[in-house]
Amino acid sequence: MLGSTKLVEDVTVNLLRIAVTSLPDDVLGALRDAEREETSEVGRTQLRTILENVAAADRLSVPICQDTGMLTFFISGRCLPDLEEGIRRGMSRATSEVPLRANAVHPITRKNPGNNSGKGVPTIHYDYSDSDFTQVTVMPKGAGSENMSVLAMLTPSQGLKGIKRLVLDTVIKAGGKPCPPTIVGVGIGGSADQAMLLAKQALLRPLNIGNPDQQLAALESELKQALNLTGIGPMGLGGKTTVLGVRVEEAYTHTASLPVAVCLQCWAARRASARIARDGSVQYSREGFW
Amino acid sequence: MRLKTPLSEKDVRSLKFGDEVTLDGIIYTGRDEMHLRALEYAREGRELPFDLHGAVLCHCGPMLRNEGSKWHVIAAGPTTSSRMDSMEPQFIEHFGVRAIIGKGGMSQPTVDAMAKHGCVYLAHTGGAAVLAAEGIKDVKRVEWQDLGMPEAMCELEVESFGPLIVAIDAHGESLYKRVDETVASNLPNVRKQLGI
Repeated sequence: MLGSTKLVEDVTVNLLRIAVTSLPDDVLGALRDAEREETSEVGRTQLRTILENVAAADRLSVPICQDTGMLTFFISGRCLPDLEEGIRRGMSRATSEVPLRANAVHPITRKNPGNNSGKGVPTIHYDYSDSDFTQVTVMPKGAGSENMSVLAMLTPSQGLKGIKRLVLDTVIKAGGKPCPPTIVGVGIGGSADQAMLLAKQALLRPLNIGNPDQQLAALESELKQALNLTGIGPMGLGGKTTVLGVRVEEAYTHTASLPVAVCLQCWAARRASARIARDGSVQYSREGFW
Repeated sequence: MRLKTPLSEKDVRSLKFGDEVTLDGIIYTGRDEMHLRALEYAREGRELPFDLHGAVLCHCGPMLRNEGSKWHVIAAGPTTSSRMDSMEPQFIEHFGVRAIIGKGGMSQPTVDAMAKHGCVYLAHTGGAAVLAAEGIKDVKRVEWQDLGMPEAMCELEVESFGPLIVAIDAHGESLYKRVDETVASNLPNVRKQLGI
């Protein structure tokens, strides 16, 4: 097996190429369904353009969207030494090879080093366990949708109604800005930071896999149905396809708190996962391993 | 409908919100940092690298690849226009652009400036960056590269660029405003569905 840093570097480049040039089957299927069912003419034009664009990106093996986003990595399973170094090298290589747009800038001076590197980049979340493989998932996410993220520290008395209100208000306020039809990630509970992480992690679950928690599954479907009655439509130009799905995750929280985070994902809901086995063999999936 | 740049006031005044158009000619990219610098130049009485009178401004930070002395576009979809809202009325007035391509729409002061000075907003499909790149035939110049690739100002030659929807016309009408009104009228029913 290759040195693990080099292996992770190669896996990162492959993962990023898969993630930014193609869409997971569940997202593509939902977009096709939406195009068939959309009744607004302008809305249908948007969805048709989206589908043609995805096909063109696939054919040419180039990024679907020029905003290849900021990258969030989710690592689980077996611990690999020098994983972070491998990811950083892979990201830098992918920036020129795939390519990715150089998006990372200093937050105050706005200076762009031109290679997607810098303090705190990329975001990496770890969830190690005793496992035979290491799973690396990447979610490239553009700023149009990320800029619409909301965290609210509700009071416990606001309860489920407060949660629904927040989701509805967030989607309405965002309008066409996050490139609808979006996928709505909702994190309920935990601490402030945990709520946002849950909202983002929720976006990893494929649209055709229901929430194993029945109450949350019902909330997801209720919210989806209601949000698609708003009339915002594809790209905010009107229509009945405003969201492709709602994904909710929860965690126990402080008795005095009700943190709720909403994280919108654009229609180009890009993600890809790799499983690295002990012998160095690698399995890839756009949809993830579920 | 096919539009050819540069655009006259008459060209844009004849467009109506909801119209679908494609564009031939030249477009210029510009987003947050380009607007900031251009307006700073205007205050200082300095010339921009390009004359924007009658021009089409595109809210876009393209992904470019440099091969030798030549730039190639790989992906070039629109960015969220509302980030430029606070600067756009002044930009339209000072530089005389006739059309702005973007996504997500712009706020009332920009809608008013468009009606006053004769400018339209053309909605492009967000994320449809490969189709957009296919409509770009040549990268003629890239200026202000020190701002970073996404923020630089590019002069692009386009052919059948679109489809673009006239989402804000030069008469104060906005498709986004219409959608907002629809959403507002749907809201009581949506709230009822959710029991809130």
